[in-house]
Amino acid sequence: MDLKTLYREIILDHYKKPRNTTPLEAPDREARCKNPSCGDRVLLSLKLDGDVISGVALAGTGCAISQASASMMTQAIKGKTVAQAEAIRQAVRAMIVEGQPADQQALGELAVLEGVAKLHARVKCAMCGFSALEAALEQRTDEVDMELDESLPSSQRTGNI
Amino acid sequence: MASNTASAKESDCSCLDPAEVRGDFPALSRRVGDYPLAYLDNTAATLKPRQVIEALSRFYAERPANVHRGIHLLSEEATDAYECARAVIASFINAPRPEELVFTRNTTEGINMIASCWAMRQLKPGDEILCTVMEHHANLIPWQMVAEQTGCTLNFARVLPSGQLNLDDWHAKLSPRTKLIAVTQLSNVLGVINPVKELCKAAHDVGALTLVDGAQSVPHMGVDVQDIGCDFMCFSGYKILGPFGIGALWGRYALLDQLPPYQTGGSMIHTVMLEKTTFAEPPQRFEAGTPAIGDAVGFGAAIEYINRIGLKRILAREVELSRYLHERLAEVPGVRVVGDYYPGKPGIASFAMDCAHPHDIAQFLNEEGVAVRAGHHCAEPLHTAMGVESTTRASIYLYNTEEEVDQLIAALGTVREIFG
Repeated sequence: MDLKTLYREIILDHYKKPRNTTPLEAPDREARCKNPSCGDRVLLSLKLDGDVISGVALAGTGCAISQASASMMTQAIKGKTVAQAEAIRQAVRAMIVEGQPADQQALGELAVLEGVAKLHARVKCAMCGFSALEAALEQRTDEVDMELDESLPSSQRTGNI
Repeated sequence: MASNTASAKESDCSCLDPAEVRGDFPALSRRVGDYPLAYLDNTAATLKPRQVIEALSRFYAERPANVHRGIHLLSEEATDAYECARAVIASFINAPRPEELVFTRNTTEGINMIASCWAMRQLKPGDEILCTVMEHHANLIPWQMVAEQTGCTLNFARVLPSGQLNLDDWHAKLSPRTKLIAVTQLSNVLGVINPVKELCKAAHDVGALTLVDGAQSVPHMGVDVQDIGCDFMCFSGYKILGPFGIGALWGRYALLDQLPPYQTGGSMIHTVMLEKTTFAEPPQRFEAGTPAIGDAVGFGAAIEYINRIGLKRILAREVELSRYLHERLAEVPGVRVVGDYYPGKPGIASFAMDCAHPHDIAQFLNEEGVAVRAGHHCAEPLHTAMGVESTTRASIYLYNTEEEVDQLIAALGTVREIFG
């Protein structure tokens, strides 16, 4: 699938109509992530029912890749256990940051982000929502700055583009 | 602005026809997928003509020797080529003496040189540096570091909504406390030209030194340092058809001669004893270690290439195509160029689009072969001042054509179709 088709069919759909945007009442977890050089921002709230993510809410601004990726992420993790959500995050990371082939089974719709691995400047956009998820699961409340995220290779998090 | 393709094609005999030079730029034959490359990222870096590539290649093939020390043919030739390049570049900016031109890596290094050799040592609490909010980070962060280290104050003159410098604000912030003004002559985002001659005169009247960031003005306006009357001018080779890794700092000889070295080591000394060293005169004092000889030679070849075509013809053509670029951009619904167009504006157009983020725009332009830059263009405070998060920037140079601008406009149409 070329980039255009990919954007048009799935990314644009999520960008224009992000899912799970209704704010949660009394969320159990909240985490924020940003890309200062792009202006991408994601606020993720989770409701936990024991080990299960029973509710998720997204608020954000930024480019299509950052917002669509975060929107797809909310759909993927809703109703899953914390461990399953973390496994999804790891699979996305392997595909986008490390450039491994998409694990279709683990990723579902998120596999459309595979092409982003080749776009160095956009990796941090695609990972913004997932870094918020990681922070939420680890109960970190300070805003994550993707450009300071040392788990990304420096060529993928350089600011000032 | 009413526009049509024909009006921009009106030929002016003083104007360069890009067809004359396009064959000199091998990268112009690149294709991006199914599209010819439309390279509109010239403010970031220009393409290189084969005359420059061949000068580099010839240097490395024929005389790849060190300068200023070898008593053998190749070293003498390398020294000649290096010093010839210095003279050609110095003359291009109308420097009174070639020794006033110090080779640097780029504009950034030249500015850091003055920050380190002069400002860090001379300034103290109570002193002030005056910049503008439209500075590139290269002409901003070094002064922040100086302020932090010395306790001096860093002031910024504001810009008007049109993008033009707010001269009232600038003059209000200039005072006898001002010891240095550091200002860009041509904004890399707005395409605004600052009246640096007037600013330098006013600065000298209060006893301040003057540094002009010429990274964009040297390639897109041509500069005459004597006419401007500045004390220091910094610029880069790779933005004016030259190689990467080479730039220049020009400074008045008497001032350079008072400065201590930037780095120390070989090539910049007069006599060395174990306990004390005396330093060479400018420019060698500021060129410690073996310089980027081949790149300097390539930089000289780039300037000779421009001289051969004629800077005036190049600039007349750029202004003509710039008008066309701005007219066509004005036709695209939802596009807002940051920094108002004015007649004679160099070919720099940074724009925001209501429907899409600049990174998405740039990504889609690339899909149709159009190379632009998206983001802050190393001028984040300026974007904040202009009320935009970030922009997409199209910038042109002598080889660009109306057809390439049309390719940009068509690709923006696709962006609108997709995101609109």
